[in-house]
Amino acid sequence: MSKMKTSLWKLDPAPESSDHISLESSYGLFIDGEFVESEGGDKFATINPATEAPIAAITEATDTDVDKAVKAARLAYQKVWSKTSPTDRGKYIFRIARLIQEKARELAVIETLDGGKPIRESRDIDIPLAAAHFFYYAGWADKLPYAFPNRTPKPLGVAGQIIPWNFPLLMAAWKIAPAIACGNTVVLKPAETTSLTALKLCEIIQQAGLPPGVVNVVTGHQKVGAAIVDHPDVNKIAFTGSTAVGKGIQTAIAATDKSCTLELGGKAANIVFDDAPIDQAVEGIINGIYFNQGHVCCAGSRLFVQESVFEEVMRKLKHRIDTLNVGDPMDKNTDVGAINSKKQLQQINQYIEIGKSEGADFYQLQCDLPERGFWCPPCLFTGVAQSNRIAQEEIFGPVLAVQTFRTVAEVIKKANNTPYGLSAGVWTDKGSKLFNMTAQMRAGVVWANTYNKFDPTSPFGGYKESGFGREGGVHGLAAYVKI
Amino acid sequence: MPHPQSFTCSSPPVDQVGVIERAKRFQTRSVKTQSKMQGLRMILSMIDLTTLEGMDTPGKVKQLCFKAQHLHDSTAGLPTVAAICVYPNFVALAKRALGDSKIKVASVATAFPSGNTSLEIKLDDVRMAVDQGADEIDMVISRGKFHAGEFGYVYDEIAEVKNACGPSRLKVILETGELGTFDNVRKASDIAIAAGGDFIKTSTGKIKPAATMPVTLVMLEAIRDHYFKTGEMVGMKPAGGISNAKLALQYLIMVQETLGDSWLDNHWFRFGASSLANDVLMQIVKQNTGAYQSADYFSID
Repeated sequence: MSKMKTSLWKLDPAPESSDHISLESSYGLFIDGEFVESEGGDKFATINPATEAPIAAITEATDTDVDKAVKAARLAYQKVWSKTSPTDRGKYIFRIARLIQEKARELAVIETLDGGKPIRESRDIDIPLAAAHFFYYAGWADKLPYAFPNRTPKPLGVAGQIIPWNFPLLMAAWKIAPAIACGNTVVLKPAETTSLTALKLCEIIQQAGLPPGVVNVVTGHQKVGAAIVDHPDVNKIAFTGSTAVGKGIQTAIAATDKSCTLELGGKAANIVFDDAPIDQAVEGIINGIYFNQGHVCCAGSRLFVQESVFEEVMRKLKHRIDTLNVGDPMDKNTDVGAINSKKQLQQINQYIEIGKSEGADFYQLQCDLPERGFWCPPCLFTGVAQSNRIAQEEIFGPVLAVQTFRTVAEVIKKANNTPYGLSAGVWTDKGSKLFNMTAQMRAGVVWANTYNKFDPTSPFGGYKESGFGREGGVHGLAAYVKI
Repeated sequence: MPHPQSFTCSSPPVDQVGVIERAKRFQTRSVKTQSKMQGLRMILSMIDLTTLEGMDTPGKVKQLCFKAQHLHDSTAGLPTVAAICVYPNFVALAKRALGDSKIKVASVATAFPSGNTSLEIKLDDVRMAVDQGADEIDMVISRGKFHAGEFGYVYDEIAEVKNACGPSRLKVILETGELGTFDNVRKASDIAIAAGGDFIKTSTGKIKPAATMPVTLVMLEAIRDHYFKTGEMVGMKPAGGISNAKLALQYLIMVQETLGDSWLDNHWFRFGASSLANDVLMQIVKQNTGAYQSADYFSID
């Protein structure tokens, strides 16, 4: 355990202002180009996880609402979007991308208020990347034949898309941009704790003049997602979220002709060899597990350190953890913000207890925390074995499980010894070792001497229980076309 | 002390992309209100006020020594700078001009800035400055020898200079702008620290690029590794190219997050700069009065 942080030179609060944002007190559903009230649905509050204060009322969509949304999407597909020229599709998507850029500051603030992530991340990563995805796929809209040479790519029809709460606007962009670029129409459900930026995106879509019904957004809990999945007139399901729900979706659509892509959980290995640039590797470990409070499906939650540098890496890692600022997500100097929900915090705390009871050694940043809100300072376990639950199950929080290894063969075996296979990281100064490792890791993304880097041109997706299908890049188009 | 030949393999690799990314992250820190004032005053107290020109004259050096003690007399309670940095032939004059102000006199030596002469002449250069009363010696390493792979020569030379310094503290200038890679910067830092340098310093100020945040970070990490291994502190002096307060504050953040609070002191951290002080003063006056004043209200010496 470290001492409580006391500092000779302590930075004063530097909060981003929120007086420039515009939010309604209550939101309806976005169906056929209009915000409409639900037919019989209740409202629930979306709260700021850093203060627990309610921000706005969100609608719990009913089966009737979902049916209306799917019908609107179907009609828009048949009458308008499938007949819109590819160049014009691109034009609308470029407009959406530009409007996201113009409203970047407002969107970043709302993302942070609603989700608890540090403003530094929503400002520098989430929102710019969301815009970049729209820009990227806007460019593909009229070039699809080049993506699939000697084929004639055709849209699938209506896509039902269900997204998680960890990167709300970014995940909406990952889903909507390729779908509509390929000529599909969309019914999207954001996560219940983070609906606001998806609803702000609907305002942007209105402003961009996208034909009504091409994008529809229905809000609410899991039942709403199930209604989309079960709707007979949906052609494709795209889901990002937990493996348990993903399995349920596959069961539900079995024996239908719905196509499906799933991006599920992960338990990524981040592997540090003794010849790695250690200081940069430590930074990569930090980015790998504490980025977005560890609410990242590709988080580097299993750290493997070669035994000969274990002491050095751990000393530096703890030193770096002690410099992280945890607290008000709106403060520009905050590195680790609020846990997204009470439920998630409970899950994380449960796993911390499990880790302790399994006998692993625990280290956590000691710092003052705000009185209200959901908080978990960055922490790690050492002395972990492959057979520990904290090394096997996805925690989805700022909790790192550290193991050591001796040889390349050993670490490959251990890194692949997981039901998941979304991502991995390898740190070594030796190029040949990198290529050997990347060829043998059973993971969709392998980062070399970096971690958690995202780009619209690069495909992302999993092996095994981390799902199937790819998002991003040329590969991401394949999920939304018949060829 | 490790054998100098071991340097050929003992320095850890540095990943360029990672270093640049980390350095950028310090630049997103936002320093406000009280912490800004505290930081600005700290910067002033860490400055090595420098004049290293062929056209330096006794008059110029005297003016600079006066400025060092009276940064901006209309603002009460300001610290003085840490040191004056001059060529060896002005050391005695600077010592006299600074009197009992406790401001140190640093002298460049060892055939500054190129370092291209014999070891004997370099040592004489150092001894002369020390004899004249220099509290600190800023030497340059032999970059040519370094590039030729003669790390043992570079090491021995630094050790000899350290010996000639006697009680004066030695700053070892790596001239990072001539080293080419971060790996080389790291290796040169390790050599300088192992050979007994009290400070490692980025640049002479005569070559561009001079100090940058990434290059300083690589050097701070070398200092940290040495500290973790031995418990001994080594000082750091970025020099050249740091001319505004905002950037200097970001350097302080970098020092604090990389090395810790103990280095936030002019015994362990310096800025080699000629024009930084006035921008910091301008910011302090702005914090006090709420308005920026024209550069003409701050003396240029």
